[in-house]
Amino acid sequence: MSDVAEKVKKIVIEHLGVEADKVTETASFIDDLGADSLDTVELVMAFEEEFGCEIPDEIAEKILTVKDAIDYIEAHQS
Amino acid sequence: MRRVVVTGLGCVTPLASGVEQTWKRLLNSESGAGPITRFDASDLSVRYGCEVPIDTDAEDCFRPAEYMEPKEIRKVDHFILFGVAAAQQAVEDSGWMPEDEEDRCRTGVMIGSGIGGLPGIEEGAVTLHEKGPRRISPFFIPGRLINLVSGHVSIKYGFKGPNHAVVTACSTGAHAIGDAARMIALDDADVMVAGGTEGAMCRLGIAGFAACKALSAGFHDAPERASRPWDKDRDGFVMGEGAGIVVLEEYEHAKARGANIYAEVVGYGLSGDAYHITAPSPTGDGAFRSMRMAMKKAGLNADDIDYINAHGTSTPLGDEIEVGAVKRLFGNSAKSLTMSSTKSSVGHLLGAAGGVEAIFSILALRDQVAPPTLNLDEPSEACDLDFAPHQPKERKIDAVLTNSFGFGGTNATLVMTRV
Repeated sequence: MSDVAEKVKKIVIEHLGVEADKVTETASFIDDLGADSLDTVELVMAFEEEFGCEIPDEIAEKILTVKDAIDYIEAHQS
Repeated sequence: MRRVVVTGLGCVTPLASGVEQTWKRLLNSESGAGPITRFDASDLSVRYGCEVPIDTDAEDCFRPAEYMEPKEIRKVDHFILFGVAAAQQAVEDSGWMPEDEEDRCRTGVMIGSGIGGLPGIEEGAVTLHEKGPRRISPFFIPGRLINLVSGHVSIKYGFKGPNHAVVTACSTGAHAIGDAARMIALDDADVMVAGGTEGAMCRLGIAGFAACKALSAGFHDAPERASRPWDKDRDGFVMGEGAGIVVLEEYEHAKARGANIYAEVVGYGLSGDAYHITAPSPTGDGAFRSMRMAMKKAGLNADDIDYINAHGTSTPLGDEIEVGAVKRLFGNSAKSLTMSSTKSSVGHLLGAAGGVEAIFSILALRDQVAPPTLNLDEPSEACDLDFAPHQPKERKIDAVLTNSFGFGGTNATLVMTRV
């Protein structure tokens, strides 16, 4: 697992209070991990903070799964 | 008008989490005061207060995880946490957890707070300043709003009746119970979860109240001696935090389901001083009219009241004014009742004060004992009632009155009796 993937999963586990084994790459924040719309906003903020990047709102709306987050961050990391 | 009784109690206080745990320590003349430990208070003029022990070694400390999921705890301010916990205790105590839709629609929530999420506002302002607006959490607002305690409790139990929140500074808890009782009396609901909660213990809160010259500041060597209502050496209130919440229920409703009935809310009075933003009216007129209205609604005579849980915050001005108002209303009967201030033990819980003090008054009715006024070594001149100094006083108690007064010149009084 890449460094980014590991950090993303750690953030998701912490913020959503879910078991580590549920946080698979295909897991959807809302459908599989019990997040609501506010949780997803906060998750994106946590990714921005951790990786020192800015995720525009129109992109953030499309980050629905763990994999979406990892892919975007890996492609845009400074 | 329909009769309203109390069928459930819950509290989180600086003495303990839980009604019986707190009551036991209160009757044992224990103090909840100590040096502030939760944040750096070293540069504040007041460095002591009554903090709720959270996840400490103490057996009866407050354990948030017993009431909310860890990921939810992170999103809410202290006052919400205390309020949800006290509400859960009260609901469980009452045994009223309806599954039926109609029952749920007849059950409401009215939990207020004086200030709301001050610690989170303090943190949020720093984040905004240091990191900019994009770092403000989506939970910043819902974690601070006062009515969100009522919201959380309603969501948790599916209570779909009136959902409301009182904000009247230090009389919040008493107003919430009084207003909720009226909603039941007026047939807007059969059951109401009502009371107050406060968690404003933070640098901003202490600095703000200290600037008002409202806080005791002269007892850094012995914080447990700082809250001393009616004593000649009193110099202000000791900041507290916590929650006091009750389940109110229409009398026939409670009887029909065989609920344990603690007391009946027979009188409620409220008034405004129309005098000053922080100082009480020197004549005690507002307090007097609040008590008089509650007594009139209760249909009781002056000599019927056995115990008064006073507002008695330990401020130089307020304590004597309240005594004067009590003497004026009760006349000769003032000499035969017992009046104590439990703020001498738990400190001033601000918006939660009226809630926990209603509970202490109810327990005084139940156990026929007036809780003590600690640290009352030498009463000020004119403070000459039976204040149950230092030790609880066992006596006949059939009717109780409790006062709460708040900044802005707002006053509330509840009168309760045994059923």
